[in-house]
Amino acid sequence: MTSALEKAKAPPTNVPRDGPDLTGAELDDKLAKTWSNPPGFIGWLSSVDHKDIGRRYIITALVFLALAGLLAAVIRLQLSRPGNDFISAQRYNEIFTMHGTTMMFLFAVPVMQGMQIYLTPLMLGTRSIAFPRLTAFSFWMYLAGGSLLWVAFILNIGPDIGWFAYPPLSGPQFGIGKRADIWAQMVTFTEIAALAVAVSLTATILKQRAPGMTLPRMPIFAWATLVTSLMVIFSMPSVALTSSMLLSDRLVGTQFFNPAERGDVLLWQHLFWFFAHPEVYIIFLPATGFVSEIVATFSRRSIVVYPIIVLSLVATGILAFGLWVHHMFATGLPRVGYSFYTAASIAVSVPTGLQIFAWIATIWEGRPKMQVPMLYVIAFIITFVIGGLTGVIIAAVPLDLQLHDTYFIVAHFHYVLIGGAVFPLLGAITYWFPKFTGRMMSDALGKTSFWMIFLGFQLAFFPMHIAGIYGMPRRVYTYPAGMGLELPNLLSSIGSAVVAAAVLLFVINMVKSVLAGRKAKPNPWGAPGLEWVTSCPPPRYNFAHIPVVESRTPLWDAGETMQVIHGLRVEDRELLLTTVLSAEPDVREPSAKPAPWPLIAAIAVTVMFVCSIFSPWAVLFGTVPATVALVAWFWPKSPVPDPEPTIS
Amino acid sequence: MNMRPTFTRDVAELPTHAFSYRSLTWWGIIGFMVIEGVAFAMAIAAYFFLMSQEQSWAPQPWEPPSFVAGTLFTIVMLLSEIPNTMVKKAAESYDVGRVRRLMPWIVAIGVLLLILRGFEFNSLNILWYENAYGSILWTLLLLHTVHIGTDWVDTVVLWRLMKTPHGEEPRRLVDTDENALYWRFVWLTWLPIYALIYWVPRLFR
Repeated sequence: MTSALEKAKAPPTNVPRDGPDLTGAELDDKLAKTWSNPPGFIGWLSSVDHKDIGRRYIITALVFLALAGLLAAVIRLQLSRPGNDFISAQRYNEIFTMHGTTMMFLFAVPVMQGMQIYLTPLMLGTRSIAFPRLTAFSFWMYLAGGSLLWVAFILNIGPDIGWFAYPPLSGPQFGIGKRADIWAQMVTFTEIAALAVAVSLTATILKQRAPGMTLPRMPIFAWATLVTSLMVIFSMPSVALTSSMLLSDRLVGTQFFNPAERGDVLLWQHLFWFFAHPEVYIIFLPATGFVSEIVATFSRRSIVVYPIIVLSLVATGILAFGLWVHHMFATGLPRVGYSFYTAASIAVSVPTGLQIFAWIATIWEGRPKMQVPMLYVIAFIITFVIGGLTGVIIAAVPLDLQLHDTYFIVAHFHYVLIGGAVFPLLGAITYWFPKFTGRMMSDALGKTSFWMIFLGFQLAFFPMHIAGIYGMPRRVYTYPAGMGLELPNLLSSIGSAVVAAAVLLFVINMVKSVLAGRKAKPNPWGAPGLEWVTSCPPPRYNFAHIPVVESRTPLWDAGETMQVIHGLRVEDRELLLTTVLSAEPDVREPSAKPAPWPLIAAIAVTVMFVCSIFSPWAVLFGTVPATVALVAWFWPKSPVPDPEPTIS
Repeated sequence: MNMRPTFTRDVAELPTHAFSYRSLTWWGIIGFMVIEGVAFAMAIAAYFFLMSQEQSWAPQPWEPPSFVAGTLFTIVMLLSEIPNTMVKKAAESYDVGRVRRLMPWIVAIGVLLLILRGFEFNSLNILWYENAYGSILWTLLLLHTVHIGTDWVDTVVLWRLMKTPHGEEPRRLVDTDENALYWRFVWLTWLPIYALIYWVPRLFR
């Protein structure tokens, strides 16, 4: 047998590789065979293709958006007139908890990560994501966590404690039954999923960029993905820890949040918001990445002041960790605490403001085409600026204390989250729809639904500012007549019906376009990024040859031909690793084949987590099947190693 | 590919493995270290948050933890870095035989540490449900025990794998190298936790 050292020095040469002698249709056939999924339903479940996983994430997240949207419609129906008894106070508590929890944990973060999983490897010019099985595992965990929450809701044991689940309401004394446990364990599922994706994306961005794609040449969306992934890595352990503390307070009698036994309910608020404030930016920064890509393409020029935009993303990512206490102004703080967190909350608007000016300058300097994705960008800028400005003013403590827990805050965060994230997302879906499906979305339907969403949104949420200033509290299932709240609430309810109809129209457009939309050319918008080098939709292997990049806008600068490297294996899954800063070709890396183990491991972990809601022993006994599944996942399936490394 | 390719560099000669930051899995492991490190940091923050509200720490009348088991654990843990460095260096010099000889020692040290850890739980002088001080002590110790346990299982699996013909594959030596890197993280995170469990409750009585 060859020694390890000899093997390391002399890779075999008699292996088929892409290159001048193996290109075109013959290469495509071989690569398609190597990178395809196994046949049948089991093969479908075993897929580790980042495009499959990204698509599954996006579709599942959109289903959760629809479910949470239905709950929003019920809320608006209940609040459309004073003293309404359409739903009871208890049911209302469950509904607003499910709405907020679903939107934040099951829609907003996963849909952004789904887009990142799908798009990032294509934008970077690589054949797969860094840890495809881990990414597959993350999807199954996310699906299990979301299903747990919704099955519980349907069985009438859904949480009723608000999306931030403050103790003592969620603690053992007041949170009776299993409602709070289900909420806390759902958090564990989604955090594991998000963290796994964040690690995969970070490694992909740092190690798998196309040769020549130095960090300063990376697409801005990839920068946004890198920053958000690092934010996930630094913020989500906090909520995973604190939700575990809440579970253990409820299940095994720890006393973290019990003031009678030296605990403190504010500990929850600190640990929760240390995660949940950055989470807002984890949702928002990918959206700014969409905006940068869309603005450049539709303005037909490269983005103005690229370094400022990148630095703004990084600065926002860092500043986001210094703001969490502004959610706790009403709990009482030392004076210096008030001053610091007010200053930090105002400061974070500066990098975002810089990005907005950069986009406006790019549009100004370019030759803008007002197609649907660009319309969403304009709507985003208008809406987000309004939401941002209300954010800046409530950073001031006296105003915050006045408006805390009123509908003004509800208006503010819907302006920043829907305006700041959902509008760019709808633009991004329209923009990359040909990449996902090979077909264009209908322009006429797209424009109609855009105007309905944009105007309906303003009608739904602007009056909430007024209701909040009049003193209407959040999370109260009804309100009395004669306080000036009737008109703003009625307008909001009408507006939300318009938004619901518009979203339905958007979905109809998607379905219609998938089935019978106009076929897309490879680069239908004339965009500059690498994801448009390959066909629509891309083949399983993404790129027949790995492209070489020499600028930030490779397709605009390439001319008739594309420079590529060659020499990767075609009969085994192989990637090219490049150096972290300068993206020099460095290592040939095997990529994992499809396997059922991520799904099996996710099932084992799910059984453990769900049972641990009822007994702490489940944690101990549940680790056995989970460990077996993980070892089987890792263990090589052939008795002797292949001539060159594979991951079977 | 929709544009005609112009072939530049042939990458067939590149290696199929690399150590340290050139390896893809190294970045994955660093990512998970940061995640676990942040979880520890937040647990430590919770510790100080609870401590800041007390007149004395450990709160009266609870006795601080007895430190024999914990100190013994710490000494063994620090000494474990010697065989750990040896196996890391053996992996980096492609010495499969030496890796195979050293791995059982690493596994045995893990068993010893897990036994000592059992005694540590018994020497905290408080149970997790008595008050928040007890809860946070148990949490810190439990979190680190999960750390030791998962790394021990990893090491056993790797040891068994290295004994097969797959052990000759250079990428498995990269795995061994990264497993040793992770062990460094495990003992480094223990040092502040050791101080917080055994010494801070003595110093702030």
